[in-house]
Amino acid sequence: MNDKKSARVLVVTSGKGGVGKTTSTAALGAALAHQGEKVVVIDFDVGLRNLDLVLGAERRVVFDLINVIHGVAKLPQALIRDKRLENLFLLPASQTRDKDALTEDGVAKVIAELRSKFDWIVCDSPAGIERGATLAMRHADAAIIVTNPEVSSVRDSDRIIGLLDSKTEKAERGECVDKHLLITRYNPWRAARGEMLSIDDVLEILSIPLLGIIPESEEVLRASNVGSPVTLNSPLSAPARAYFEATRRLKGETIPVKIPSESRGIFNKLFGRKAA
Amino acid sequence: MSSLIIQRQSLKFRARTYMAFVFTPRAPIADWLMELDATLERSKSFFAGHAVALDLSEVRLSPNGIAHLIANLAERNIRVLGIEGIELADAAGLPPVLRSGRGAPELPEPEPAAVPVPAAEGAPRANQAPASLLIEEPVRSGQSIAFVDGDVTILGSVGSGAEILAGGSIHVYGTLRGQAMAGVTGNRRARIFCHRFEAELLAIGAYYKTADEIEASVRNGPAQAWLDGNTLKISTMN
Repeated sequence: MNDKKSARVLVVTSGKGGVGKTTSTAALGAALAHQGEKVVVIDFDVGLRNLDLVLGAERRVVFDLINVIHGVAKLPQALIRDKRLENLFLLPASQTRDKDALTEDGVAKVIAELRSKFDWIVCDSPAGIERGATLAMRHADAAIIVTNPEVSSVRDSDRIIGLLDSKTEKAERGECVDKHLLITRYNPWRAARGEMLSIDDVLEILSIPLLGIIPESEEVLRASNVGSPVTLNSPLSAPARAYFEATRRLKGETIPVKIPSESRGIFNKLFGRKAA
Repeated sequence: MSSLIIQRQSLKFRARTYMAFVFTPRAPIADWLMELDATLERSKSFFAGHAVALDLSEVRLSPNGIAHLIANLAERNIRVLGIEGIELADAAGLPPVLRSGRGAPELPEPEPAAVPVPAAEGAPRANQAPASLLIEEPVRSGQSIAFVDGDVTILGSVGSGAEILAGGSIHVYGTLRGQAMAGVTGNRRARIFCHRFEAELLAIGAYYKTADEIEASVRNGPAQAWLDGNTLKISTMN
């Protein structure tokens, strides 16, 4: 038993597309790795991969998840080590295949092999509720449900929570996947004007514990564009701090969640002036 | 213990009872289809995805006529799972013939009634359980709870896009945002109660109302729905 690890498997999921799953996977994965954890992030969006771009690893992809599943490559050959954080690894998706190339047995084998080598396995789910999404959540111990404070996103998240309670391995064993709500793209101005659902509304509808609130920010977009998770690119920005706090809550710390407000924080002042 | 020995499981058949809407077309079929269209106009997806059985005992149709009728229903996104009231010999190439449907009380035409459809004749009756179902978790979008034998009580909320079907009454102690259909076997005294009313659709027996048809004053608070004659009524409970 020399240094055998037993990873916690997280799935980052939402149902709806474009709410920030990949951005959050990269930001949380990097934050965990920064805190000394050994992390692998897996892109399950076969055919529409993005995680490699957000992590700035797109020019180093040789083998991918599908190659490993089909036995073309061994798992260590497909893992890409991050250039900034030596504890952070990426298992990219295949861009030339589609989700049917994912097999249940293949995914199970890959996860089982990774479990003994890492502290955290973070699965970036594709949008939707089909094969890619169900296989991404299949082996999860815990789920991070990424939701924007608007009705369509919230209803899709509700649907996904139902699937987490029925289609996962844990659910089939009669256990319960831990569920954490991550509200992204929260805009205090629009919330104050009633143009967004309030945090209370979202929590009331979904009734799962809140992991964090990520404020809408230019920093997130800027980080994505330079291929670096926001938690590495601008670690002191409001969204990065919110992601760091979320990872500490994931590890069991109790930190109260502050709702970003118009009056609070230098970030808001800067942003407000820029907008004027 | 050789892995080459394939264990053969003895084949078991089990009977199960399902819920289905029953359509009873009348001649002339063209008029009946127009009436159906008028109903669908009020709520386009009401039957979509639900099992529908055809009772053809009131019309005389040739096998071609039946196939034509089924094709017409399919165009309206209504899928027929079985046919009642025709001779077995007529049924080649058509959905299976259903028999011995447990009779529900007569409901006014032309609204569809809902009766249980037995999966097989002489199916053993399930053990008599207390006629209520308690759900302790929230019912999420896309989930469906169907309980024909009695009341359904839900401690959490019912999400938008979720549906509850009960033979008896429905009690929701959270917020009702999805669809609730009580008295689906024809119990006209069934009611729907909820702690906070934001439902997309309510139905009791054959009568239903969509959110559009429900006045805003009953929303966002405790409410109940019941049948008054042939009208589905909804009021606040304070």
